[in-house]
Amino acid sequence: MSRTTFFERNIGRITVEVLDGRTRQQLCFLDKVEPHATIGEIKSLFHKSYQQLYPARQDLKLDPKGKSLRDDDVLQNLPVGTTATIYFKDLGPQVGWTMVFLAEYLGPLFIYLLFYFRAPYIYSHQDVFTSSPYSVVTLACACHTCHYIKRLIEAIFVHRFSHGTMPLRTIVRNCVYYWAFSAWLAFYINHPLYTPPSYGDMQVNYALAIFVLCELGNFSIHVALNNLKAEGGPKCRRFPHPTKNPFTWLFFFVSCPNYTYEVGAWASFSVMTQCLPVALFTFLAFIQMTIWAKGKHKTYSREFKDYPQLRMPIIPLLL
Amino acid sequence: MSAPAMGTTKTAHSDVAPKKKRGPGALATAYLVIYNVVMTAGWLVIAVGLVRAYLARGSYHGLYYSIEKPLKFFQTGALLEVLHCAVGIVPSSVVLTGFQVLSRVFLTWAVTHSVREVQNEDSVLLFVSAWTITEIIRYSFYTFSLLNHLPYLVKWARYTFFLVLYPMGVTGELLTVYAALPYVQKTGLYSVTLPNKYNFSFDYHTFLILTMVSYIPLFPQLYFHMMRQRKKVLCHVEEYKTE
Repeated sequence: MSRTTFFERNIGRITVEVLDGRTRQQLCFLDKVEPHATIGEIKSLFHKSYQQLYPARQDLKLDPKGKSLRDDDVLQNLPVGTTATIYFKDLGPQVGWTMVFLAEYLGPLFIYLLFYFRAPYIYSHQDVFTSSPYSVVTLACACHTCHYIKRLIEAIFVHRFSHGTMPLRTIVRNCVYYWAFSAWLAFYINHPLYTPPSYGDMQVNYALAIFVLCELGNFSIHVALNNLKAEGGPKCRRFPHPTKNPFTWLFFFVSCPNYTYEVGAWASFSVMTQCLPVALFTFLAFIQMTIWAKGKHKTYSREFKDYPQLRMPIIPLLL
Repeated sequence: MSAPAMGTTKTAHSDVAPKKKRGPGALATAYLVIYNVVMTAGWLVIAVGLVRAYLARGSYHGLYYSIEKPLKFFQTGALLEVLHCAVGIVPSSVVLTGFQVLSRVFLTWAVTHSVREVQNEDSVLLFVSAWTITEIIRYSFYTFSLLNHLPYLVKWARYTFFLVLYPMGVTGELLTVYAALPYVQKTGLYSVTLPNKYNFSFDYHTFLILTMVSYIPLFPQLYFHMMRQRKKVLCHVEEYKTE
């Protein structure tokens, strides 16, 4: 190959070296990378040298203390020049979001049923495989089960996730929390010494009605948010609006009505079963979702100048 | 462990924490100095009380009763420290401080005060004396730090005495909880059984056992954290001294 041809072929190409963020050791040297290559492609190339470190596990940065680079960032748009130095950090084993939700939701689903059917070694020997005389107990089981089936359906068919994965440690921690709590509340609701609600059928029926409405509301919001992502595409950012569906009219008042409905569902479940552990779970969920809602609300407010002033993060007019 | 610099929580979270922390205002500093001086004095009172009672009785037994009231007062008073973190005049984590103070308050009220029978145990003396020495050093450390006149001796004591006092205190605490177990089980103290209107139950006896078990992961973490702090604080000073 003549000198000019070599020069023409390699003009504009970038040399990429990947260093360990902590030790600054060179991990990988990529010669003659196309300037319009994306970080995602760099990650794939890196993966070729390190079998264990699949792209989702790689955290690449231009500055070891700076922000992580996105997979769709293009090399020539970054402040690199002809030689790019990229710092690498191992994020640890990752789990895809769908797997995350399956693990988090299948657990409570089956665990509750174990308690409902009074599997052996939970309650006393004579109570094994007996059933409660109270209809509210069966109703509670139906509600809890439907809640998690709905969540599983949403996880598989409705949600579109912006990040691909979650760290393994987080998923273990989350699962322990959800599974342990559902076991704890299922234990009391299905207990042979369970006491039905003080105000009887009236309390149960009103609570059930609100529960169903909140579940429908929550589902409507998830569908609405999903459609928003679908229409907009990754670059066009819009914030959610109320639609023809009356359940979405809560968007007039709150930024995250899905969380509002979720709290409502659990609160009504607490009233329906009149069970303190359920109320405690509702309270903790409320705190967590309020934190998320406030974060989301702030993001929306900052990103969109015309964001409605009336909207609160999670509770209309209050919080 | 330190948290984001106070008063700047909203903006500084994503930035690298500045090396120089913005100190509390003059009024807050004055208040904190008074607070720390009062606490130092309080724990000194407890220390003196213990020594005097020992000299009067001639034995280590039953010294708890002689310092019961100041112990309760000053240990419970430490709850204010959670408020200090929450308000931002002290650069520490609310959660961490809350956890530490609550565990002390729990031992003081929910175990030692509530279960009369353990008050005569020697394990109580063990943790009370560990706490007393630790707190006197800690509060004087804070006082001197706030006044920007920290004698090396106090700093050294704070980061060295814990090596013995931590395990001593933990041993005393665990032994006391263990001693309380049979009485709690017998009387059903602080326990709720089924059936009841709110479908809830709580077994204090099991709770105490779980508390004891929780020391296994927690104590080493705290201990090694203090050891790392010790290395950072004391060795850094020595480097500085040799320059």
